[in-house]
Amino acid sequence: MIAVADITTSYDGGFIAQWQHQNWQQLQLYSRSFSAIQVQHALQKQQLNLSDLQTLLSPAAAPFLPQLANKAQLLTRQRFGRTVQLFAPLYLSNLCANECTYCGFSLSQKVKRRTLTTAEVEQECRAIKAMGIDQVLLVSGEHERKVGIDYFCQILPVVRRHFSQVQLEVQPLSTDDYRRLKQAGVDAVMLYQETYNQLAYQQYHLKGKKSDIHWRIDAPDRVGRAGIDKIGLGILLGLTDWRTDAIILAQHIRYLQKHYWQSRFSLSVPRIRPCSGGATVANPISDKELIQLICAFRLFAPELEISLSTRESAQFRQHVVPLAISSISAGSKTQPGGYSVEPENLEQFSIDDNRSPQQVAEALLRQGLQPVWKDWEPFLGRA
Amino acid sequence: MLRIADKTFNSRLLLGSGKFASPQLMQQAVAASNCQLVTLALKRLELDKPQDDLLSPLKAMNVQLLPNTSGAKTAKEAVFAAELAREALQTHWLKLEIHPDARYLMPDPIETLLAAEQLVKRGFVVLPYCSADPVLCKRLEQVGCAAVMPLGAAIGSNQGLQTRAMLEIIIEQATVPVIIDAGLGAPSHAAAAMELGAAAVLVNTAIASSDNPVAMAHAFALAVEAGHSAFTAGLAHHNNQAIASSPFTDFLAAL
Repeated sequence: MIAVADITTSYDGGFIAQWQHQNWQQLQLYSRSFSAIQVQHALQKQQLNLSDLQTLLSPAAAPFLPQLANKAQLLTRQRFGRTVQLFAPLYLSNLCANECTYCGFSLSQKVKRRTLTTAEVEQECRAIKAMGIDQVLLVSGEHERKVGIDYFCQILPVVRRHFSQVQLEVQPLSTDDYRRLKQAGVDAVMLYQETYNQLAYQQYHLKGKKSDIHWRIDAPDRVGRAGIDKIGLGILLGLTDWRTDAIILAQHIRYLQKHYWQSRFSLSVPRIRPCSGGATVANPISDKELIQLICAFRLFAPELEISLSTRESAQFRQHVVPLAISSISAGSKTQPGGYSVEPENLEQFSIDDNRSPQQVAEALLRQGLQPVWKDWEPFLGRA
Repeated sequence: MLRIADKTFNSRLLLGSGKFASPQLMQQAVAASNCQLVTLALKRLELDKPQDDLLSPLKAMNVQLLPNTSGAKTAKEAVFAAELAREALQTHWLKLEIHPDARYLMPDPIETLLAAEQLVKRGFVVLPYCSADPVLCKRLEQVGCAAVMPLGAAIGSNQGLQTRAMLEIIIEQATVPVIIDAGLGAPSHAAAAMELGAAAVLVNTAIASSDNPVAMAHAFALAVEAGHSAFTAGLAHHNNQAIASSPFTDFLAAL
């Protein structure tokens, strides 16, 4: 039996040392080898290990989805209460030096490129605030030279003035850069690995710094070392076998939780959406499988913040949010300047839920969930 | 009557205000619990809004607000949060919470003691959330805390009095009110805490996450009263040492 590797206690090598010992093929084979009895056993456990998670992600667990969802919902209510946090993304720039076959911002895409000036960032902040949003996720393409640490440090004081919580989803940076960002007011860093499968990773990420999988896998360790309050992890569903990616992601989370015990962790599991690049999805994941994935993670890590983006339809979100989701985006525009500066530009991916934050909030309240607009203070986490 | 610092309260149940499905339900649960002390997180306050979801509904009720420093990971941050709360809510009452452990939200004893000492000097009535550590509780008392709030179990765990043996020592030794905070998942847990001799209990998750938070708040209120009455009356196993009369007592009397 090839069980998923144990968490090592080694520190210096970071998670990457552990990842290098994984055998993807073996893990993938193993992920299908579970029985209904094992699923029932895992469903009854109080504290799940990686092997239990594998069981719940397996095809054998599919018939148990109602039980899985029921338990996920109980755990979500226990940890997060009957509340859901609301945030919106602010796209800073669609400049990108990478070539990723699935992305509308890729280098070779003939799209109009722009990077918001500080004044434009301020204008967007005001527009987002006017929607009632108080927690923001700053997003950019990956262009180290033009949209790098200096740019972030330049716009952060402006953003910080408007929002109680500032999250950042940009290219991986160095530990020193993360320390600077912490000082400048970043509360959370999102680093989506896309996939942990090295072969697949190289097929999807053809050019640019992003093609260096090691630099990316090591990045959450660097964020942790810098002492940033929240670290967001995720995989892009559709690239390769989702079960195997999910189990390595879970290993990554457990590793980081042990080593950076003062940081919170959040999870995002976006599915590839059609973009202007015309991506085709090689390994699609069904709606039911996505629910299985989300709920299994809730059982595995009740403390994990799990978000669901507007890539998913309003109907899907309405049914899945009460089960296991702790935060959702609302009113999202996925192009730089999309809220106010230049609303007609091209998007990174298409949005499926076009409701306003107020409409989303009202729908939540109707479901017995209180929207939380603010849950942080700018002075927290700077030390 | 529960006495903390210079105030007295009829109710020995404190409520947390987070995790409710709506502000209205929170209000109704507070009312149903008859509680007079409600804690609220400074980080949740939206002071620029004329009508928010937390402070506005609580202000409309006749309760003592107990702002907390949740989110702070160090003494420095907690002191800063306390000052902001004092200014915003016009109260020097404070629930000190420093839990840097992101997964289980365990309180940091070292930072908590440091912050408590500073806050007392700054004129706060400090009620610190802390581990169920008898020595830590004495140290918190010594630096001037108005009460101590040791945990029954991890926050939100609903596991009840997992720390019972330590709580018994803390209660026995305390010269300030001992308020059992965190982990109480059922009214029976609250009753058990009061039977041990706790001065009060604080509950949030078990009420807010319930399918009927208003009924659950009422149930907790009854349990706290029952537990406290039982403690005051003296539980059977506490006073059954002196046996009224027996051949042995007759023998002793004859000696």
